[in-house]
Formats: sequence, structure tokens, C-alpha cells
Amino acid sequence: MSKLPIPTYRITPWLFLTPLFIMIALAWIGPLFLTVYLGFTDLQLKNFIAFIKDFFTPQVHFTLDNFRRIFLAQDPYIPEVARITMIYVGSVLAINAFFALVLSIAIAYFVKSELISMSLRVSWLLPRITPGIVYALMWNWFVSRDGMFNLLLRLAGIPESWLPSNWLLDKPYSQLLMIIVNGYIGASFGMIVYTAAIKSIPPDLINAALVDGASEFQVARRIIIPLLKWPIMFVTAWQTLSLMASYDVILMVWGAAQGASPSEVLGITKVAGVTVWSLYAYTQAFSQYQYGYAAAISLVLVAIGLGLIVFYFKVFGFRRLMEPSRVEV
Amino acid sequence: MVKVTLDNVSKFFGKVKAVVDLNLEVRDGEFVALLGPSGCGKTTTLLMIAGIYKPTKGRILFDEVDVTDLPPKDRNIGMVFQSYALYPHMTVYDNIAFPLKLKKVPKHEIDKKVKEVAKLLQIDNLLNRKPAQLSGGQQQRVALGRALVKEPDVLLLDEPLSNLDAKLRVMMRAEIKRLQKELKITTIYVTHDQVEAMSMADRIAVMRAGRLQQYAEPEVLYNKPINLFVAGFIGNPPMNFIEGSIKEENGEYYFESEGLKLKLSKDLGELVASKSTDVVLGIRPEHIRVITSGEVDNAIDATVYVIEPLGRDLVINVKVDNTLLKILSTPGLKLEPGQKVKLVFPEEKIHFFDKYTEKAII
Ligand SMILES: Nc1ncnc2c1ncn2[C@@H]1O[C@H](COP(=O)(O)OP(=O)(O)O)[C@@H](O)[C@H]1O
Ligand SMILES: [Mg+2]
Repeated sequence: MSKLPIPTYRITPWLFLTPLFIMIALAWIGPLFLTVYLGFTDLQLKNFIAFIKDFFTPQVHFTLDNFRRIFLAQDPYIPEVARITMIYVGSVLAINAFFALVLSIAIAYFVKSELISMSLRVSWLLPRITPGIVYALMWNWFVSRDGMFNLLLRLAGIPESWLPSNWLLDKPYSQLLMIIVNGYIGASFGMIVYTAAIKSIPPDLINAALVDGASEFQVARRIIIPLLKWPIMFVTAWQTLSLMASYDVILMVWGAAQGASPSEVLGITKVAGVTVWSLYAYTQAFSQYQYGYAAAISLVLVAIGLGLIVFYFKVFGFRRLMEPSRVEV
Repeated sequence: MVKVTLDNVSKFFGKVKAVVDLNLEVRDGEFVALLGPSGCGKTTTLLMIAGIYKPTKGRILFDEVDVTDLPPKDRNIGMVFQSYALYPHMTVYDNIAFPLKLKKVPKHEIDKKVKEVAKLLQIDNLLNRKPAQLSGGQQQRVALGRALVKEPDVLLLDEPLSNLDAKLRVMMRAEIKRLQKELKITTIYVTHDQVEAMSMADRIAVMRAGRLQQYAEPEVLYNKPINLFVAGFIGNPPMNFIEGSIKEENGEYYFESEGLKLKLSKDLGELVASKSTDVVLGIRPEHIRVITSGEVDNAIDATVYVIEPLGRDLVINVKVDNTLLKILSTPGLKLEPGQKVKLVFPEEKIHFFDKYTEKAII
């Protein structure tokens, strides 16, 4: 093929790919370089107009102050953000990678009725199919003062004085909600991968284990889970990275769905204790207008993410990670 | 060791009737083959005995104990699956040890038994390997080891040799039979290969479309097949069938078909005619005699069609009118395609089946 004399054969595919490359350049590579650059500047509201007019304006200074603020605790809120982020990533990861595994095994193996199994799977997929803002609004209604949740608790006889004044703002309930709201939407990713992998285990293997004397529980523990080793690693790696960078659901539940303006979001999430790292970067940029500082904060996240990627690829191997539903049979 | 009884067992998957009203008794220590074409319900039957499937109807007894509702783990069964179903994440050692670990057998005892079985099956040098690193024959031995290590009451084998090459298959056939006789485990062996069943089993249950056709010793299946299906399934090359009718002329009986008129003895003729006149004559390839010259009484004219030399045997294909017959003969007979020959059907070797019910008349 490569010896074909007509050059258009080689150009055509690139021609078709050009729009994609332009998109990638504009949406990914450009911002990436810009973020790295901005992270080392003092760009903020007061010199922003000058920066827009002239990229090399002397009003924007090169500085390491942003990183001093982050690492030398000159920003007193940074340790708190780091702590919340770790709780957030750790807990939601536990739901998305581990609890999703338990659920998948329950749904794909223990529930023998195909109809029930299907309905359970769909019920976990619902939050992902629902538009994000609708999902956020539904949570707001659910936990509002006179919402369904309080109604149920009152019906169950819980005295009024025990209820927090606001589920979304009172710690630790707000932080618990942060975990649940994100876990419920995120579990479906792992479940899709796991369920496909479980369904691809040959029935003979499971029958053999049963004949060998295993109980259903032992089949799950000694056959199914070990066979899901690669899917589990894949989901864990994938979810750690995407959780670190994701703040959209928190922003919607604690911001947009509350009717909060961007400038109010940081205040609300601070009270609620749900300011994760990526959200903090967002609020620094779009409600505090500290563009340089925000870029620096997100750069730290990018660095950690890159480190994790290298770590995962080293530990699991690149090819294996790229084969999500691989079952070792 | 136990006696296994299937009492009117049926298994339906929705509309598919995989097994219908199966009655089968396997004696203590007996080696029984379940024989039938693919899709006839053999695996389903095994899985019901193992407890993986629950029968739609009927009961399964081990000795006199009803085990129909017992889960597999309470049945003490060893099973070799057609796919071997070795656990890919475990070494050969762990695969074989798995049933014992589940039984909470002490570690040193597990070690002893695994090594014993491995030695018996000559896989003691493979214990540290993973299944993916084994050949088909080795995997098959590991699967057998895993089934035997727990000293099961019943051994179930689902086409264990079908994935092996021909040479290994013949070797393993003898080995499994010897092993079964040595250990005296009640064994049910599923196969679609009649040679396997005939050469290994004490008794053979022939199945077709979920129904038991005949359950008997190999010689009985060979000599007295109960219907057309069994007659055609047992034996290689298969029995020749000729459709025709029984005619009576002047007190003499004949079997008549296109291009063929065979005089029958009075006894046989009367017997067959009293049951049915539209019949199928069956005769095994090894029972037809070929005459190349001279006059013979009651012989059938045929033309040689093609010769298949098989070394020890010679399969002669002849045409009687438009019916192709296979004849098994010894080499030495000089025959050419197109040559006219005469065939003799020894009367005591002839089978007659009712054309409509397909049941054997004699
Ligand atoms: N789990 C199942 N669900 C639906 N149909 C099945 C199932 N298992 C077997 N069958 C059907 O039952 C019949 C018998 O199958 P099987 O016992 O596997 O046959 P064999 O082992 O003799 O080849 C086949 O028609 C097959 O399609
Ligand atoms: Mg089968």
C-alpha cells in the first residue's frame, strides 16, 4: 500500500482529521501551555484588561509567589482543601471502584432473575443518564427544609430538633452528601465495566467451582473477584484520575442548583466543607479573579495526576490498562 | 461410591425440552456412557446430577437418598467439564487443591493428596504452572485430578476427550477406563463418539432429542438395537438401511425393494409380516458377504462404486439399483469400480424395522 504513487491516498485521512486536530490544539494544548505560563504570573482582575490587549504587557509579572502561597501555607485554606480532596477522592473512589464491584457481583451473579438484574442496573444508570443540572436540582429538593428526606425522617418519628438546619451546609452531613451524590453518579462507570467482565466469565468455571464444593459466596470471592483483577485495576486508576479533576457535580449542587452566583460559590462550599482542590482552582479564577493563582493551583493537580499516571502505568502496564473488560481466561 | 437413580427426570429451558422423562439407574461402581448427537441433552443431564440445574420434573437419588434439592457442594461429586474449566488464576497445584481447601482439609493432608493424584496422573512435574502454560492433554489430566482428589462418590465426565488429538484420545481412553476400574468410582461419561462409549462403558444410554432410546450393554446395542436411530448410531461404518416391503407369494416371503428381491425363511417372513409390511431392512457393513464369481442362492446383484482401503480394513461401497451400501471387508479382494458383484445377507444378521414407528421388529 505504501508504494501507491497517488499522494491523495495519504493526504485524505489527514484532511479528515484536521478539524479534530484544530479542536485539540484549541481546547487542550493551547490552554495547557497557557495554564503553565499563567501559573508563574500574578495575573488577576486588575491587570487582566491589559493582558487581554497585550499578551506581553509589563503589568503582568513573572513570579513564584503562587507556589509559595500553596506550599508554604501562606493561604490558610489550602491544608483544608487538601484534606477535603483526600476525603472526597478516597471515599468516592471506594464507592466507584469497590462498592460498584460488590454491587455488580450482586446484580450480575447473585440475582438470578434477568429482569430484576436489569432493573437494578438501570436504576444505577439513571443518575448518569439524567442531565447533570436536573440531578443536582433533585438532590436540592430531596434534602431541602421541607423536602422528601426530612419528610421521611419526620414520618419515621425523628424529632425536629435532631434534624440539621440545612443538610447541604452543616458539616459533616454536607460532606457525607458530597460523597453520596458523587458516588451515586460515578458508580455506574465501574458497574458497566465489571458487569461486562462478569458476564464474560465462562459459566463452566463457576459451575466447576460449585461442583468442587464452593458456596455462592465462595465462588464470588475465590473465582469471580480474582478474575476481575484487571478490570478492578483499570477502574481504580481511571476513577482516581477523573475524581481528582472533577468538581462539576459539587459546583452544580452547591452552586447553580442553589441559585448562587459564581462569586458566592466559594463562600457556600467553604461553609459546607466541600471545596475540593479542582473546585478551589475554579473559584479562585471565576469568583476571586486570581487567574495566576488559580492556574498554579490546577498545575499542582496536573503534576499529581501525571505522577499517578506514571505510577499506574508502571504498576499495571500500559497495554493492560487499555483493555478495560479483560478477564484472564 | 453410590448408586445413582434418575427417576422420570425432565429439564425444560422455556420452550426447549432439553431432557424428557429420563429414567436411568447407574449401579455402584459402574461405568455408564451417555451417548448421543450434540444437543441431545447429555450435558444438561450431567449438570442435573451435579446439582447445577434443578430438574423441572422428577427426582434424583444417590443410593436411596433424594438429592434433588441438594446444592452441588453437598453431593460429593467430581466433574470434568468439556472445556476443562481450570481456574486460570491458580496454579495446577492450587487447582487440584481447591476442592480440599473448600472442605477445610488440613494443609499437610492437602499436600499429600494433591501430590498423590498428580503422580497417579503423571502431572507431578507441572504443579507450579498456570493452566495457560499447559497443552490440551495436560489440562485434561489436571481437570481429572481436580475431580478425583476429593474422592468423589460419583465421577461425571463431559466429553473429556473431545478436545484432544486422535492419538492422545485413544491413549486416554484406555487410561480413564483403567483408572475407573482401579478406583471403582461410579462414573457417568458423556460422549457423542460411539467408539468411545463402546470401548469404555459397562453400559450405554443412547439419547436423542432429550429422550432415552436404549440403555444396555455395548453388545446388546450392537446386536439388538431397539430402533433405527440406535442401529444407525452404533457401529462404524454405520448400518446399511434399505427401505422396502414384505411380500407373500405362494406361501413364500420376500423382502422387496427397488432392484432387490430377497427371499426370507418362513419363520422370519411370517414374524415380520405379522408386525408390518412396510419395513426398513438393516444390515451391518461387516455382515455382508461379497461374491465375485459363481452362482449363489438368494444373492443380490450390485455394482462396485468406490473402494476405501483403510489398511487393516477395506470399505467397499456398492450400489444396488440406486441405494448405496457400505461393506466392511478384509484387504485382498481385488475389485474395480463398475465391477458386477453378488451380495449375500446372512439371515441371522438381518434387522427389520417398522418404517413408520422406526421400532425394531427383529
Ligand atoms: N442454559 C440453557 N438455556 C437454554 N437452553 C439450553 C441451556 N442449556 C442447554 N440448552 C438446550 O438444551 C438442549 C440440550 O443441550 P445440551 O445438554 O448441552 O446438549 P449436549 O450436551 O447433548 O450437546 C440444546 O437444545 C440446548 O440448546
Ligand atoms: Mg454437551
